[in-house]
Amino acid sequence: MAVVTLTINDEMVSAQEGTLLLAVLREQGIEMPTLCHLDGLSERGGCRLCMVELGSGRLQASCVTPVQEGMVVNTHSERLVKYRQMILELLFAERNHVCAVCVMNGHCELQWEAAKIGMDHVRFDYLNPDLAMDASHERYALDHNRCILCTRCVRVCDEIEGAHVWDVMGRGVNSRVIIDLNQAWGSSQSCTSCGKCVQVCPTGALFDKGATVAEMEKQHNFLRWILDGREKNVWSYSAK
Amino acid sequence: MNRADLEAMAQREQQRQQAFGCRILCCASTPCLSSGGQAVYDAINAVISEGGWEAEVQAVATGCMGPCSHGPMVTVQRPGEEDVVYERVTSDVARALVAAHAGKAAAVAPVEHVMPASAPFFAKQQKVVLANSGLIDPEKLEDYVARGGYRALAYALREMTPEEVCKEIIASGLRGRGGAGFPTGLKWDMVRKEHSDKKYVVANGDEGDPGAYMDRSLMESDPHRILEGMAIAGYAVGADQGFLYVRGEYPVAAKRLERAIRAAERRGLLGSRVLESGFNFRIDVRIGAGAFVCGEETALMASIMGHRGQPVPRPPYPAQSGLWGKPTLINNVETYGSIAPIVENGAAWFAEIGTAKSKGTKIFALAGKVATTGLIEVPMGISLREIVYDIGGGIPDGLAFKAAQTGGPSGGCIPAAHLDTPVDYESLKALGSIMGSGGMIIMDEHSCMVDVAKFFMEFCMDESCGKCVPCRVGTVQMHRILERITDGSATPQDLATLQELCMMVKETSLCGLGQSAPNPVLSTIRYFAEEYTAHIADHHCPAGVCTLEKQPVGEWVTA
Repeated sequence: MAVVTLTINDEMVSAQEGTLLLAVLREQGIEMPTLCHLDGLSERGGCRLCMVELGSGRLQASCVTPVQEGMVVNTHSERLVKYRQMILELLFAERNHVCAVCVMNGHCELQWEAAKIGMDHVRFDYLNPDLAMDASHERYALDHNRCILCTRCVRVCDEIEGAHVWDVMGRGVNSRVIIDLNQAWGSSQSCTSCGKCVQVCPTGALFDKGATVAEMEKQHNFLRWILDGREKNVWSYSAK
Repeated sequence: MNRADLEAMAQREQQRQQAFGCRILCCASTPCLSSGGQAVYDAINAVISEGGWEAEVQAVATGCMGPCSHGPMVTVQRPGEEDVVYERVTSDVARALVAAHAGKAAAVAPVEHVMPASAPFFAKQQKVVLANSGLIDPEKLEDYVARGGYRALAYALREMTPEEVCKEIIASGLRGRGGAGFPTGLKWDMVRKEHSDKKYVVANGDEGDPGAYMDRSLMESDPHRILEGMAIAGYAVGADQGFLYVRGEYPVAAKRLERAIRAAERRGLLGSRVLESGFNFRIDVRIGAGAFVCGEETALMASIMGHRGQPVPRPPYPAQSGLWGKPTLINNVETYGSIAPIVENGAAWFAEIGTAKSKGTKIFALAGKVATTGLIEVPMGISLREIVYDIGGGIPDGLAFKAAQTGGPSGGCIPAAHLDTPVDYESLKALGSIMGSGGMIIMDEHSCMVDVAKFFMEFCMDESCGKCVPCRVGTVQMHRILERITDGSATPQDLATLQELCMMVKETSLCGLGQSAPNPVLSTIRYFAEEYTAHIADHHCPAGVCTLEKQPVGEWVTA
């Protein structure tokens, strides 16, 4: 496969043609904030945190942009840092992200990204939507208040588990992740109770029942294990 | 059917029409139907049958004639005479005009309802895409063929290679009529050059801008023209399947298109071996489910494939990987409507109309505060002043023109200072607006620009699909700030935050909806900044629209 050369933050980098930019950035050790991206799932390009500035001044989400010969990439321009912070503020204002009483406090990807970027206040109106929880499943619970609509649950259930229990209904800020045809999780006949959705969820929207504040931690490496096993027939689990 | 059969069909229909001493054309488009057009048509038919004039007088239900606010419209055609156009026709007026023009009774034509053909509304227009609109029965294939329909397709299939068709469209300078203005011929050529066992052609009839109905009228008035354009496109790019995506709110258009497809297939103008050539082309109608975002090409294709109507990041562009991963050509229905005239009259003829970079004509839905609202087709480069004051008849009640909003929720406003700007892609873009699909809303001095911006932001907020964060939440926050400005509780800090949000949403959103959602705000701030400050600093709405009954929360907000 051909190799292309691109400039990332004023440094020349070579990468295999067709690779996605985000993977190249991570390989270079560049810290890129992401929420909807998860290694092993299809790309969505929805959270817009991994946006980079191209030579033309255009912003592109690096998770869905293939590398190109001669590409000039800036990952942390002043504009990008400002926009990332605003996007996180928008996410925190959208639903009821109250870390102090969240099962994922201290282990939450949304919280990490905010801390890393230095987002210490939200200047927008909190929308405070009135959202329900679904604790009808015997092992897991869904809390819409913490959902950021990254659709990792939708994708992992469809692509890895093959059950497609999850989907999204509504549009705009009224979007909700739903189970089957918008029914209680416990009544779902298609759910295999595998728990993949819970493990990939970046926030406290999906969690194990019985976990209390700050107790829930999630593991993503099962995804790599399954995919390596399926694709390369290599079954070695590394608990990272 | 072959070319000779097509010619024979055209001649037969022309002779049949000329045999009538009088043809009465009644508009049966949605605007006229909603103002009582069906009753007028029924009254005309009743008079004809009462008088037993079926052999001499023909009543035809046609498509849109243009001046929609003056409807129901009726046109009377008599051989050797100039057409007479009647406006605001009622059943009684209809009875009188039939009797007068049929020449049977001593009835006097209702001259007070005549709209003179020399009226600037008609004189300043140039009809290319809408050439048949209002003159043919959209449900009759013969009517379209009698006016030269499908001749361009027959010509292209027999006399041109696909490459030549693409070259012709490139030479014509036609640009996408959906709003962005990408050169159509280049897009066709890109799809043509892709190697694939299957390619698709898609027509975007998912018009959604508030106040815009160009595509609906075209689909309702002249469905065969779109089918012919799509078939020529299919031949040019090597596709054998077309999809016509019609907005769910347009049932009349969908019904007429379905009938048109069936009629064309029956005559061998679509389907297998089109016009006895080796070219096969099927067209299917797909009906939208009410999402504005499905006008965005990638969301539209997702919808056609039966997925949730959400955009996906580009590249890959549809020309490389579209429907089911195959190269797909997607154009607006108005773009397809321009194809047959280009092939028929040549690229040079088309390129003579318009300006250096924007060729041809553009259909606008003229709405808002003008004397005559309706559907107009004008050459590119016409000034906004001519559209508002000549074609539209000026602002009613002696009020002053304030601004024109083009491009709907993705566009911007053009203030009075720029009334003489030529209407073309580049000039509008330089003013911070866009050509858009053709919605044009005229506002007078009683319109508050902050309120207008709020209206469009509310629209974008409701229509955001929710996939990317900036558009999903950013539009809500921008709408909240605009609401605060109009209710009086905004602080100067809010205006700064609003502008920051606008730039962020514009630059980081995934698809065109989010990228263009801030445009109405940015352009009203650009031209009417004093109105924003009047609301915030002086607690006063210059246009007298906003109530401003609230107060800013307190000093701690700005501290």
